[in-house]
This record gives sequence, structure tokens and C-alpha cells, in this order.
Amino acid sequence: MARLDNKTLLELMSQEFGGDVKSIDEAFGLLAVETAKEKIIEVLEFLKTHKDLQFIYLTDITAVHYPSQSLSIAVVYHLHSLKHNVRIRVKVFLDGGKPEIPSATVLWNGANWMERETYDFFGVIFTGHPDLRRILNVDDMEVFPMRKEYPLEDPNRVDKKDFFFGR
Amino acid sequence: MSEFKPVVKPNHPIFEDNDPQDELVTLNLGPTHPATHGVFQNVLQVDGERIVSGVSTIGYIHRAFEKIAEHRPYYQITPLTDRLNYCSSPINNMGWHMTVEKLLGIEIPKRVQYMRVIIMELARIADHIICNGILGVDTGAFSGFLYVMQEREFIYEIFEEICGARLTTNIGRIGGFERDFNEVAFQKIKEFIKRYPPVLAEFEDLFNRNRIFIERTAGVASVSPETALSYSWSGPILRATGVDYDVRANEPYSSYEEFDFDIPVGENGDVYDRYMVRNEEMRQSLRIIAQALEKIEKEPKGIFHADVPAFYLPPKEQVYNNMEALIYHFKIVMGEIDTPKTEVYHAVEGGNGELGFYLISDGGRSPYRLHFRRPSFINYQMYAPMSSGMLLSDAIINMSSLNVIAGELDA
Repeated sequence: MARLDNKTLLELMSQEFGGDVKSIDEAFGLLAVETAKEKIIEVLEFLKTHKDLQFIYLTDITAVHYPSQSLSIAVVYHLHSLKHNVRIRVKVFLDGGKPEIPSATVLWNGANWMERETYDFFGVIFTGHPDLRRILNVDDMEVFPMRKEYPLEDPNRVDKKDFFFGR
Repeated sequence: MSEFKPVVKPNHPIFEDNDPQDELVTLNLGPTHPATHGVFQNVLQVDGERIVSGVSTIGYIHRAFEKIAEHRPYYQITPLTDRLNYCSSPINNMGWHMTVEKLLGIEIPKRVQYMRVIIMELARIADHIICNGILGVDTGAFSGFLYVMQEREFIYEIFEEICGARLTTNIGRIGGFERDFNEVAFQKIKEFIKRYPPVLAEFEDLFNRNRIFIERTAGVASVSPETALSYSWSGPILRATGVDYDVRANEPYSSYEEFDFDIPVGENGDVYDRYMVRNEEMRQSLRIIAQALEKIEKEPKGIFHADVPAFYLPPKEQVYNNMEALIYHFKIVMGEIDTPKTEVYHAVEGGNGELGFYLISDGGRSPYRLHFRRPSFINYQMYAPMSSGMLLSDAIINMSSLNVIAGELDA
């Protein structure tokens, strides 16, 4: 089989999932698709086990916080097909008040710590995760620090505010 | 924003279960222990000398780099990347510069790309020297470590010649280097590729066929390729299991596709194979450096950065005497220059594996979100599960051969 291109990849996925998977971006040749949290494990399993795709390598799981959106937490998966040497990015947008998503540990053992890290920093609950505890921060921390509402520095400090620099 | 109450999970049961009547002993290996190189804690349940189960606690030197990065302009994030894998900081620096250049669409001159290759390969050798040297120390052979450590000092002298720093280098800038390599630097690089092979051969003479070393390492912590891939391993430890995944070959950056080098792979995925893979990678790195030096000779002299005045700071004397330079200097420092609103993932082959930068830009002066895919963090998660059933002394050697760097683990 020739080198897998993004068009074929997207066609294969829409044949399987129809409108549940939609392409959102193709910046720098890396196809990004969006799906729903109910479908995510099916999508990941399809990508991993399909004989022409074989995205067997889970590169990374992380999250992004967009406070202005109604679905404010995006969980981002990066997969890599070592057979075709192609990457794909899968995104799922979740409700920031109650971010829950099924755990990918059923497919990859390596998802364990990546999901713990995402939980630790964004509060995403990965249902079915065997050991969802904080990993880098202290256990009794009460906030999820990578969310945008938690400022880096003392918010009372004004000398670094943008308006002093005309921004 | 709806109110969201986090769930504070109780500690893992292994921390509470320390019944004196029990046959098993709970043993804290770390956080500071001479046999763990860095701040790692593993709470192990041991039956005599055999480990029954274990839990890793990490995060002792977590410094919130991803949060800090959201508040810093792009060029000020380079010093943060230094402190990820501090045994090979230049690779992290270059990886970050290349990520931003990919985002901004900056074309880098060939000469600069080759200079970067030299720096990255020197850093890889320095990283592997540490790992294999310390592996020797942990198996009880101290002298090999001293032989090769001298050469790492020499690599650091080269870095010092180029950028003034040795460990946390902050080397290069977005768009190229801060200055050209001087003559002394080129001489030292040439001297290094001459003087290092015999030292490496001497080091290998001490270990490769050494019966004690083989008995301590061969067959220890053997990992199958399937398990390694399922745990998302990358780098020399993945290649030791027989998977030929190397970012330099799979997704060449900085003109790696023009270089002729081999990717060594192992068979058993044990500690001995990891050691052998790293040694061979050092040889391949020397080959790459030699080729890069040849290629640099053919390029026009004196080019050390791309011609991108909007992103590359002008020399200071021009800032005082030249209007355009002053404007660009002001715009760069004050973050007035627009960046594309997009997402980019860029990976480089770090000392320990695939070091990825996932950067989301909202058009501003600092990233909207920056995530580091840190190989040490992902490689290390298999450590506690794979230690079960292992002898304590083997688990120590296993940890040295994984080459987990605390800075990269905790970010």
C-alpha cells in the first residue's frame, strides 16, 4: 500500500463513523479530527486495529482549556502509525463543569500516566481508569492549575499588566 | 464558568499498608537515595530481596513549566526547555526553536541546520555517556565512568565555546544561532571526533565482554516490543527491543535526511541491549558530526541565522545606530509581532526518545497552550509494574538503564 495520505485516512474514518468524526484542521500536514466522547474509544480502537491504518503508537494525551467556549475542555490525543509514518490528532470537547471521558487505558497501557497528568492539571475524569490520582502535584491540592482561571502570579501585582505597555 | 469541585483522592493503599506482622516489608526507595540518580521515590513491597509490588511517586521537582510558558514570549521559553532533560539541553533548545520556526514558517539556511545537527549529536553523546557510565557504576565498575566522563567535559567545553554555558545551555535562537561558531569551536569539534573513538573502544573493552557486567545486565528487565509499544516507549530503550523507530529517520528535521547513519536495534530489550544500543548510537553520532563538518565546508561562510528580522534580534550596536533594527528590536521584545493562529506538533529525537512540543498559538506573543511530550515521563511509567518479581539490585540497574532524568520526568 502506498503512503497513507490524509484524504484516504479521512475517507476510511467517515465510512466507518459517518458524521461522528469530522475533520477540523490539517495544519502542517497533520490531520486533526473531532469526535464525541461517546465515540472516542471506538474511534481510537478503529485507528489502532484497522489493518490498513495501524495507529498502534499512542504519542500523547493532553488537554486544553478554552474558557470562552461552552464545551470548554478539549482532550487531545496524538496517535502515530509506525507502518505508514503518519500522525493523527483526535480531539474531544467536554463540558468544563463535569469533564468525563472514557479512559484509553483499555487500549494502551501507556495512557495511564498521560491521563493522570491530564486529570491532575485539568480535572478531566477518565472513567474506567485503574488509578486516577494526582501525579505531579500534591495530593491535597484543591484546584486544577492549568485551567485558565488560575493565574500564574499574584493577581494583585499590577506592574506587569499589559496596559502599561500599550497592549 | 460553572462551579467545579475537584475530588481529592486518598493516597494509594500501599502507603498505609505497613503491618509489622506481615511477611512483606514496605521499603521507600528514594526520594533521595544514592542509587537513584535524581529525585525519584518508589514505594516497594519486598519479600526478602524480591520486589512484590511497587508504586512510583513523582513530581518532586515539578516546576509548572507548561503554566509558566503560557505567560512568556516564545524566545523566553528556551531556558525552560534547558531544564527538562538537563543532560542534553541543546536537543531540547533546538527542538523548541524548530517548533516555533515551523509555526512561523521560517526557512533555515543549510549551514545553520548542519550546525544544529552537530550540536544535537554532541548532546546525544553527552547524554549516552552519562547513562552508560552510570550503568557501569551501578554494576560495580567505577573506572569506565571516569574514562568517558572526561570526554563529556570536553563536549561541555565545546558548548561553552559556542554559547558560554555548559549545562543549561540556552543555545541558539529562533531563526538560527546567537553567534557563529568560532575557529576554536570548530577545532575542538574536529579534535573530539578524533579522540573519542579510542576512548569509547576502551570503555567497551571494560564492559562488553566483562562476565560480571553481562551477568548483571543480560536478561534483566527484558521487554518485548509489543509491551514497549503499548507503553509508548521511545528512544534507545524502544530500539533495544527491536523496534526501529527513530524520529531522526521517520520525520527528518534539520536536514537529517541528507545524512548517512544507521539506527542500531537490539533483540531482547534487556539492560545489556540498551547499553549496546546507546554505545552504537554514539558511534553513529560521530559519523553524523563528521559528515556535517564536511557539509559546512561547502556552504558559504559566516551565515549563522535566517534572514528574518521580525523574529531574530538584531545586533545591539545596530539597535543604537539603525532605525529598522531599533524598530524590530522593540517589536520583538514587546511582543508586537503577529503569529499565525494554529496548532503545531513537532518532535525531535532527544537523548531518551521522542521529545514532542505541542504548541497552540492564539496569535499572541506567548503560547495559548504548550505541552511537552516528555520521553522520560512516558518511559518511566512502566518502571514500577515491571519491577514486580525482580530482585532489588536488578531494579536499580533497570532504573539506570532507562536513563530517567528527573527534570524531564517532572517538567
